[in-house]
Amino acid sequence: MNTVIKGTSYVMAHTPHMVILNGVTQTTERIVNPESEYLKKLPEHLRSYEDILAYYPNQVYIGNHTDDDLAAIEFPYYDKKCDISDRYGKFGELMPEHEFYLLMKIADDFDLVHLEKDFVAEYKDQFAKDPVVTEFMLKRLGEGDDHEKIVKLVEEEHAEKLIQGDKVVGCVKRAHDIDVNLSAHIMLENIVNKASAVLALAHGLKNIDINPDDIEYVIECGEEACGDQNQRGGGNFAKSIAEIVELHNATGSDTRSFCAAPSHAMVEAAALVKAGVYKNVAVVAGGCTAKLGMNGKDHVAKGLPVLEDMIAGFCVIVGENDGVNPEIDLRYIGRHTVGTGSAPQKVISTLVADPLERAGLTTLDVDKFSPEMQNPDITQPAGAGNVPEANYKMIGALSVMKKWMEKKELLNFVKEHGLVGYAPTQGHIPSGVPYIGFARENILDGSMQRVMIIGKGSLFLGRMTNLFDGISFMITPNSAKQEEENAVSKDTVRQLIAESLREFAQSLTDEETKA
Amino acid sequence: MDLENQKRVLEYTEQHGAENVVVLLGAADAEGAGLAAETVEAGDPTYAGPLTGVSLGLACYHVCEPVVKEEFDEAVYEEQVSMMEMVLDVDEIVEEMDDIRGEYCQYC
Repeated sequence: MNTVIKGTSYVMAHTPHMVILNGVTQTTERIVNPESEYLKKLPEHLRSYEDILAYYPNQVYIGNHTDDDLAAIEFPYYDKKCDISDRYGKFGELMPEHEFYLLMKIADDFDLVHLEKDFVAEYKDQFAKDPVVTEFMLKRLGEGDDHEKIVKLVEEEHAEKLIQGDKVVGCVKRAHDIDVNLSAHIMLENIVNKASAVLALAHGLKNIDINPDDIEYVIECGEEACGDQNQRGGGNFAKSIAEIVELHNATGSDTRSFCAAPSHAMVEAAALVKAGVYKNVAVVAGGCTAKLGMNGKDHVAKGLPVLEDMIAGFCVIVGENDGVNPEIDLRYIGRHTVGTGSAPQKVISTLVADPLERAGLTTLDVDKFSPEMQNPDITQPAGAGNVPEANYKMIGALSVMKKWMEKKELLNFVKEHGLVGYAPTQGHIPSGVPYIGFARENILDGSMQRVMIIGKGSLFLGRMTNLFDGISFMITPNSAKQEEENAVSKDTVRQLIAESLREFAQSLTDEETKA
Repeated sequence: MDLENQKRVLEYTEQHGAENVVVLLGAADAEGAGLAAETVEAGDPTYAGPLTGVSLGLACYHVCEPVVKEEFDEAVYEEQVSMMEMVLDVDEIVEEMDDIRGEYCQYC
């Protein structure tokens, strides 16, 4: 029996001050051009919490609107106010920065995050109202520290500041005096990654109402590395995240492959369940501070708000076949292999055409493709184009080359089989997985029969290989459900035959009576 | 253009001479191609990388320009580039690349 997708979660935290302090575009600018106009103008371009709540793509990410709803909105989106501006959606939430600082403290096991007493006292009650915040988490929060202690850590111990407005309300200190792998900068990145993944996993558990003890394995698939100078990427984020949401029966490990990691993790999770190793596996990832404001220079230069101000996370829980939920079809996985090469044509052929051909299908048999789902509101002003649309054009062109359709149908193909990008540019976050939540729902209600998730990753960034990477898989309706439907139709046929035979027998009897 | 790539372009130019270097792009749109071309011809327009204020004037082409396509083995082009050629707005890219070369290229 194939593994099923039991549920998903999609979360974000609004972190405008981290854009300034921790985004790599900004930290680099402070080194090479500290007096730049960009750094001076940047604060005027930051969005308020109300702005990000009323931002259409964010409301799609947490499930309050659909991709189709967004497609009906005139582009660009940043200057439109969404008709829904809720913090919570069916998939997750949009957490404000001050509460996210509290969550960072909860995620900290080594007394590295320090928050001011007054700050904790001001927001603790509000934070406790979040439906995924538990007593266990609140106990870890503590009461906070004196302002003087935090100032001393920042001024004398190289701690990274946590600010609100122009006020320092906390800090993340280094975990070692010399080891750069445990510097305050790295510790902040890793704790943010962990905290946002905790938020995603907690919502994932809530959304499917599963007993936490039933999760036996967690695969974390973000893009950060935790470890010290003797094992720089030793891991294990997964287990540290599981601990905060009290998954006492779970173990776990981390999977890495840049933006392709979530799709690798999904295939691994599905395979582990199908093989009977674990009953339920959670695939989870948090977000990264480095990418905050990555395209900020272009956004500011063009008078836009800085749209990369969200730390994102997601969670997909897969499990043994329950006869209801959609399945991950492990028979037809698209794999970018060492021998595939890096040309886009080769990449898209191996990820899309190969598995479909093996399954005796074409691209026209797939309702929706979910490749790189970056929000074009962010990428287009930065000269990076509309990433999802470019993918759909490539899949369409491939379909023409395979003679599955005429070239004149290309634009229509993009519209019918494509999606509008709505995910933040947080590397692994937009890569295929944002649509799994909607795909699950659409397959459950019968409006879709097949969705392909495509993860792609640029491995050259690690300077270990120039190879590209990618993996794809298909989500299909539950086969037990289909068999049941087939069984129903067989019953109907039997019934019809029986009725016909009865009528026939009756007509013979009538004729005999007449005779 | 990525800062590391700017550094590599600069190193190759110093090693082989600007007249012996051709930069071949595969950008997905005219704007992206134009920015990269401007970087290796006029200097980094974002003032962030090693080519800031360095006008190398290199010959720079996009792989979908007809003048480049002619240089390829047809079968290789079909296998590696034809799908992207179908997807890209080649006319717009050619116009953009011509404009940048016309203004800044010293070795075309």
